[in-house]
Amino acid sequence: MPKQIRLTTPLSNEDVEKLNIGDKVLLNGILLTGRDAAHKRLFELIEEGKELPVDIKGQVIYFVGPTPAKPGKPIGSAGPTTSYRMDPYSPKLIQLGLKGMIGKGNRSQTVIEAMRKFKAVYFGATGGAGALIAKRIKKAEIVAYPDLGPEAIRVLEVEDFPVTVVNDTKGNDLYQEGIKRYAKE
Amino acid sequence: MIREIPSKKIIEVVRGLCIDANYNLGNDVLRAFDKAIEAEESPTGIEVLKELQENARIAWEEKAPICQDCGLAVVFIDIGQDVHITGGDLTEAVNEGVRQGYEDGYLRKSACHPITRKNTGDNTPAIIHIQIVPGDKMKIVFAPKGGGAENMSRVTMLTPAAGIEGVKDFVVNRVKESGSNPCPPTVIGVGVGGTFERSAILAKKAILRDIGNRNPDPELATIEEEILTRINRLGIGPMGYGGNTTSFDVFLEIEPCHIASLPVAVNIQCHAARHKEAII
Repeated sequence: MPKQIRLTTPLSNEDVEKLNIGDKVLLNGILLTGRDAAHKRLFELIEEGKELPVDIKGQVIYFVGPTPAKPGKPIGSAGPTTSYRMDPYSPKLIQLGLKGMIGKGNRSQTVIEAMRKFKAVYFGATGGAGALIAKRIKKAEIVAYPDLGPEAIRVLEVEDFPVTVVNDTKGNDLYQEGIKRYAKE
Repeated sequence: MIREIPSKKIIEVVRGLCIDANYNLGNDVLRAFDKAIEAEESPTGIEVLKELQENARIAWEEKAPICQDCGLAVVFIDIGQDVHITGGDLTEAVNEGVRQGYEDGYLRKSACHPITRKNTGDNTPAIIHIQIVPGDKMKIVFAPKGGGAENMSRVTMLTPAAGIEGVKDFVVNRVKESGSNPCPPTVIGVGVGGTFERSAILAKKAILRDIGNRNPDPELATIEEEILTRINRLGIGPMGYGGNTTSFDVFLEIEPCHIASLPVAVNIQCHAARHKEAII
């Protein structure tokens, strides 16, 4: 059975270096959220040499655009979105100290190389399990770009948020390994 | 005899379908989860399938969206030719139903301007496909379509020489190249024939079928099964973590095409294969 590891953000190089593809991780502490539009804005600020609205050092970004929260709930359904759309932006954020990303789907070789070089990991969350995942989110607060609605940057307080290591700091890829193991052609 | 249907009734029905489709996964998908848990070889794959089962249960129980991507509002309407819609126009009634359903159901609004990317704010306009049919009833099928799986869909114009083998290869390769992106286990809609745009509509219509329902034409049913077997040998598995459940089903729909062409469309649907219908 794969190992289950409990981690609390912010993450250090040591935290992420001990992770291997296939490991089950339960994340605690805070996660930042951001998807297409928020990444574009962060990237433009970096290009212009301006300060970011949130400190990303040691942090984990969750690629998610949740549904509106019902009254009395911290957040609506909140599963991961497809990650490759963030590939053009992720290497720069990793270089600036981002330690983890949570999404679903394959990452580019450039992102995988940035994770190896600057020590970061890519976690997969179960796509489409939005109602289940929302139960692990205890608090959500918009901290930047409220005009983006579901795409605004939020800080999420999470308890035992379940993810799987897809790309580790050694350049391994769970998706490739999975296919190698189970393909029948 | 002309039968009158007030536009207000259409608004009410569409509103209800938006919420029902997003909260309550169909029995066909729930049965597919059970079956796949039995057949899956990968322990991680089984775990993912169980999570999806649990997710569907929570969504149903708590009246919450199954997935945060509540989709673009795709609506197929068959209108009996003896129907007369009163009190407002049909398109506006459908859009108003979507507007109310997405607001009142706490569903995510994902429609935006294609260039500026500004959100339209109410998930309209709906993508509406209308067909006039005999009779005095109106059938509305609502199928919210998420972006992740839709992005992996493709249309191609094969040469007639490529034939059915070319069609099969194109579908299998599309699923292979999509990998983990479209939230496998997926449902694959394949439209063959017609014109460029018709093949895509056929593929979209194909994914409205319930999992396990074969094409009534035995030859086409055999092709569906063959493509499904090939896909499930790719090893992609649930969420792409490896395994032998990459797709739950393949649905093929065909129409005659030009002697020079062989249009093929593949519309990929995620495991949240949501579609609900009502007859007025």
